[in-house]
Amino acid sequence: MNKPVFGLLLGAVLGALDGLTAWFTPEVRPQIIGIVIGSTFKGVIAGVCIGWFAKKVKSLPLGILFGLAVGMFLAYLIAAMPQPSGKHYYFEIMLPGSLVGAIVGYATQKHSQVMPSG
Amino acid sequence: MLSDRVLDRLRGVIDAPDLEGTRYELIEEVGRGGMGVVYIAHDMVLGRRVALKILNSTAEACTLASLEHPGIVPVHDAGSLPDGRRYYAMKLVQGTRLDNYRAARPSAADRLRTFLRICEPVAFAHSRGVIHRDLKPENVMIGEFGEVLVLDWGAAGRMDAVETVAGTAGYMAPEQLAGITDARTDVYSLGKLLEYLSVPTDAKPVRAIAAKASSTGAALRYASVLELSEDLASFLDGRSVSAYRESLVERASRWLSGNKTLAVLILTYVLIRAAIFFFVRH
Repeated sequence: MNKPVFGLLLGAVLGALDGLTAWFTPEVRPQIIGIVIGSTFKGVIAGVCIGWFAKKVKSLPLGILFGLAVGMFLAYLIAAMPQPSGKHYYFEIMLPGSLVGAIVGYATQKHSQVMPSG
Repeated sequence: MLSDRVLDRLRGVIDAPDLEGTRYELIEEVGRGGMGVVYIAHDMVLGRRVALKILNSTAEACTLASLEHPGIVPVHDAGSLPDGRRYYAMKLVQGTRLDNYRAARPSAADRLRTFLRICEPVAFAHSRGVIHRDLKPENVMIGEFGEVLVLDWGAAGRMDAVETVAGTAGYMAPEQLAGITDARTDVYSLGKLLEYLSVPTDAKPVRAIAAKASSTGAALRYASVLELSEDLASFLDGRSVSAYRESLVERASRWLSGNKTLAVLILTYVLIRAAIFFFVRH
């Protein structure tokens, strides 16, 4: 499996799991389906970008850093969208989102891409 | 009355081979075993020092010459002495014997990597149908460039042949006493060598690998040197080994030690999530 596809799949799974943690916050629980879908979509985009970066740059620290930055940026875009209550959850969304990006960055760098022969 | 030292010296002079008619000039004796005597000699044609082994047949030289491998000392030349005895010249290996290497207390990873490199020429010899039959610390040399060489193939025999009893007590597989040898005979000796290289503080899987390799029953050992070295390589790569069934805690600890960065990232994520949860609640 190549790195962008691996990043996409891992990003989707971790994004979905990250979205599911919203269940622990009663105020946003009614919107959990939308949150999970949004978080999964964010994970997919981040995963593809991070996987593409891992394909180009072979460096664990840079991979983690890039993942952190992409995760943080995409999480910022979501956090910047106003909630129905008018509140913004910058820390609540950006901190875990950045870390999920860093984890995908780590995994895509460690993942060994098998090149097709012939 | 002559002292033992003087007597040994005299015996050495009497036993010294007559190299008349060869290209070699004797320098000194360096080793003596059941299969022959090894001398350092000067090659007058090429102007270099070589190791010269004097023995009664050329079988050993032929076996050695058929095994071209970086971990096996290459044979340069072979011939007969005026007294009818045979000799062969080989590369003079400068370095440290395995017992002296161990005495220098190298790190566990270095010791295990060295052991893996001992396995390489032995596995190669097995692939050519040859068994060493006398693997022991004295027969392994770490060269000055870090190369690992398996020496003294004087007791070597063909695989699955019933041979004369050869080997060294302590490193010799039980079935060797009956003259029965196959690849697992050397696996036993390698297990004993791994045991020799290990220290009590070494990880349990390493000791389990040594114990499996040196099991009294040949059927309980690794079937080949390759299997043995693959199991040890798995340990060095942070993977599980076939010789040792680890507990859940040991498995988790092994995973953590091999994935520290990932563990830190996951732990940080969980802590942040927990902190957010409590922050929102209170």
